[in-house]
Amino acid sequence: MRAPLLIIALLLAAAVLPPIFASGYQLFQLTLVAAYAVAILGLNLVTGFNGQVSLGHGAFFAVGSYVTAILMDRWDVPYWATLPPAALICAALGFLIGLPALRLGGLYLALTTLALAAATPQILKYRLLESWTGGVQGIVILKPDAPFGLKLSGDAWLYLFTLAVATLLFALTANLVRGRIGRAMIAIRDQPLAAEAMGIDLAMFKTRTFAVSAMLTGVAGSLAAVAIGFVSPDSFSAALSITFFVGMVVGGGASIAGAVFGAAFIQFVPNIADQVSKSAPGAVYGVILIACIFLLPQGVAGLLRHTKRA
Amino acid sequence: MRFGGIVALDDISFDVGHREICGLIGPNGSGKTTLFNCISGFYRFPRGDIVLDGVSLAGMPRHRIAGLGIGRTFQNVALFRSMSVRDNLLVGAHHLGRTGFIANALRAGGVRTEARTAAERCGELLALLDLNEVAGTVVAALPFGTQKRVELARALMGGPRLLLLDEPAGGLNHEEVAALGELIRRIRAHFALSVLLVEHHMNLVMSVSDKVVALEFGRKIADGTPAEVRAEPEVIRAYLGDGGND
Repeated sequence: MRAPLLIIALLLAAAVLPPIFASGYQLFQLTLVAAYAVAILGLNLVTGFNGQVSLGHGAFFAVGSYVTAILMDRWDVPYWATLPPAALICAALGFLIGLPALRLGGLYLALTTLALAAATPQILKYRLLESWTGGVQGIVILKPDAPFGLKLSGDAWLYLFTLAVATLLFALTANLVRGRIGRAMIAIRDQPLAAEAMGIDLAMFKTRTFAVSAMLTGVAGSLAAVAIGFVSPDSFSAALSITFFVGMVVGGGASIAGAVFGAAFIQFVPNIADQVSKSAPGAVYGVILIACIFLLPQGVAGLLRHTKRA
Repeated sequence: MRFGGIVALDDISFDVGHREICGLIGPNGSGKTTLFNCISGFYRFPRGDIVLDGVSLAGMPRHRIAGLGIGRTFQNVALFRSMSVRDNLLVGAHHLGRTGFIANALRAGGVRTEARTAAERCGELLALLDLNEVAGTVVAALPFGTQKRVELARALMGGPRLLLLDEPAGGLNHEEVAALGELIRRIRAHFALSVLLVEHHMNLVMSVSDKVVALEFGRKIADGTPAEVRAEPEVIRAYLGDGGND
């Protein structure tokens, strides 16, 4: 599933335009869509492509957010320089979580990662970490201004910055999955015994895929933290992990482009639901979600694939 | 090789020569598949040894078996169902590649060279096994006989020295079996490899093999040319006596 380069170029050109007409708040929302897209891309790599179900990717998102916030708050590290350390820390963490994941299949892995997601806010509130994490209060970070004397609002700059990082990560991930490595990931998901007989080292591939996945979602957390300007434990509840999972399913499992649709869904559909019914937005959200799954069983990416073939 | 108190394989010894097609026969439960799984690294065997060109397979991790030059097919077909025929074949070349995560993400020079080599080999095998027309089709949508050919092509992608075929005729119709025998001989000639063929289908084994090994209850009861094995009283008893099949 490789979209022609021309379409990608046109979409990117369109994506650069919003700073001209959109309001600051709209730009902020689009910035979050870009960050969530990267988070869902990470989840999709390990769950959609590799078949290791994770319901705990909110934890990596939280760690990425906090690494950025702590580095900016305590050491005055510029926001852009916090991305590489956040990536490395999350990759290491993902690798470590990937080790027990080797022994846990399917539902057991899903439950274990869900437990990780559930524990995340409590760990972030833990007293001994309070001097770093700010405890329940969280950490406020300053929103960066546009550099090099560019005549852009902070929101516009941050949107373009996040878009650029997201584009880079999408390109790298698309490269990764379209060749030898991506085929091995899918082979493991489809038929692990045959994959081994083809010479694929299951343990090595699964742990590395987990690491790359966690790294992507962690960087997404960093980007979101900078955009929001604030991190606190309760923004990273287990519901966040489930939200990413919903975004992955709606966008389409094992699809690179699907992550963007999934991100737009989790960012905008709750707002739409809120406008439809102020008293029961959750119920409206649920109905929209069920409708999506019924109408698009293979996600938005699956729909695009079918229309292309028809 | 034992399962609990059952001795599944007992003191079996035989050789497969270079470029030889060796048929392995025996009634159900005779240990054919167990032996097959020991060679393909699927089972660990506590005693004895299996040696390929001087390299012992004892304790070898499963994913390293392909790298030693052993390719295999599966009794019930174990393809990567969501992938196209072409992608299934390309996974077969996995162990020939060396590029890792970072090189692939950056699409470094080595990745392109490697992909080109694999694509060429894939093209050859698609043609040889008459799979060109379905190259882009997802394997789950193909008929069983075609899936079996895809599996054979996938096993050949890794450039094996020894090809293990687990009941390749299972589920095939009469004409397909005849074509299969022809195909196995052609593959042997084309790739200069040895074949170990586990099969129920007597006619196929006897017509295609240079040598046949017969098992019963985990023991070897005969070993020789097809004509010799067919004449062996123990084989006749095992097959034509009570409980025999085929």
